[in-house]
Amino acid sequence: MRVVIERLSKTYGDRSGQSVEALQSIDLSVEEEEFLAIVGPSGCGKSTLLNIIAGLLTPSEGDVFFDGLRDGSHPPTAMVFQEFALFPWRTVLGNIEFGLEERGVAAGERHERAMRLVELVGLAGFEEKYPHQLSGGMRQRVGIARALAVDPAVLLMDEPFSALDAQTRQLLQIELLAIWERTRKTILYVTHNIQEAVFMADRVAVLSRRPGRLIAIVPVELKRPRSETMLGDARFLQTVDLIWGLIKADAEKALVSPEGG
Amino acid sequence: MTEQRVPVEDRTRFLERKELKTARVLSLIGLVFLWELLARIGWVPRLFLPAPSAVVGEAMEMVASGELFRYLGSSLLRLALGFAIGALAGIVVGMAVGFSSLAEAVVMPVIAATFPIPKIALLPLLILWLGIGEPPKVAVIALGVFFPMAINSFTGVRNADPLLARAAVSFGAGRWSVIRKVMLPSALPMIFAGLKLGAGTALLLLVAAEMIGAESGIGFLILHAQNIMETTKLMVGIVVLSLLGILSHWFLTWLERAAIPWKHT
Repeated sequence: MRVVIERLSKTYGDRSGQSVEALQSIDLSVEEEEFLAIVGPSGCGKSTLLNIIAGLLTPSEGDVFFDGLRDGSHPPTAMVFQEFALFPWRTVLGNIEFGLEERGVAAGERHERAMRLVELVGLAGFEEKYPHQLSGGMRQRVGIARALAVDPAVLLMDEPFSALDAQTRQLLQIELLAIWERTRKTILYVTHNIQEAVFMADRVAVLSRRPGRLIAIVPVELKRPRSETMLGDARFLQTVDLIWGLIKADAEKALVSPEGG
Repeated sequence: MTEQRVPVEDRTRFLERKELKTARVLSLIGLVFLWELLARIGWVPRLFLPAPSAVVGEAMEMVASGELFRYLGSSLLRLALGFAIGALAGIVVGMAVGFSSLAEAVVMPVIAATFPIPKIALLPLLILWLGIGEPPKVAVIALGVFFPMAINSFTGVRNADPLLARAAVSFGAGRWSVIRKVMLPSALPMIFAGLKLGAGTALLLLVAAEMIGAESGIGFLILHAQNIMETTKLMVGIVVLSLLGILSHWFLTWLERAAIPWKHT
């Protein structure tokens, strides 16, 4: 499904009455079956943008549309969170079934679909475990399965692998790409990691530091399916350099600013 | 000159805490033994301190004659009713206050103003309102349990991870779903802490209420035994109360483990 973001702005008012502009007039559309990454330095409002699209935050100005969505129907999104946000009192299966429960899917079908996703994300045998019994990488697989369970037209991922160690992150990136090849969901993938963005996405939207403005949309000219060998590819490195050049100055400013981070 | 090899010692060893199981058991046995000895050699008159063996003997007789169960029965009924009413009301009010800012604005000042009142001071008023039968005793226990339950449930809901609530909403959960599937399980550990706290308060208020105006119950047994100088019976009452305290704590701990499996697996 195509997502259209029009002149989206978000201004937060903090306690002392000062207002902080997080996003400024973002225009962006995400195509059907596209894998779009959003990168930017800390404090550029990437997560704010994703939360507005998910309907978890009210924008100050502008709108988000889902093409072909009937009036009043539920935006067909599902979210994968940086901190996993699994329900600690639910087992792996219980977590995956959560969204289906809220959509009123019958218990039998819920179980069947959840079991298929357990297989898809490679967690067979761990169905009855609680989140705290799993490693970080396994927890995020549950997070991904929970999101895929509701069969969303658009998958929103908010730095899904940045809480994981480097090796686990790389393995999960490849797994996610494999899942994407099979399911062809529209994915909006927020990350601060440029290599990750270029390796995974079709296009990379680059945001500036606060107030977050869209400074460029960089297409990634790498073949699908992606493989680890492409990490040494000249086009990969050029694209990474290009994006780093766009945000380097901003990132340096964030480093010495108390509000950055 | 030869070089000496000195292995590094663990310098934190004195910080380790040892598990001294035998000392724990011996301490209890020693106390009972000393008590028995004191009573046997007659340093302390039986009237003031009956021997443990005598207390056990008396308890056996009271069990055999069914006397003990009469006292225990009426106490347990009051305890169960008061505890159930107070706990349920406390959980409902605490969760509502934790979730709705309107409920918090209305209820919290009232709770803050009435919480410090020693609940037993309300018993005369409750007797005036509810008569001299069972209702005021049950009510005073319910009141005593209500406050720690309400405050703990409130804190539990407040400490719920807002990220989980947002995650639930992102998967289509509405207000009631969030309360039932996120707030309630988040608050459960605090709710159980409140239940344990409330159980102690309930026992205290039970005995106090039964000493003020009752013809039955363990509190009455203790007071009555003192009036007729039956110190052994009085001791039986105290032992039963302490057993009641220990058993209720065990039961709640067991229930907690069953209700919060994700904390213990």
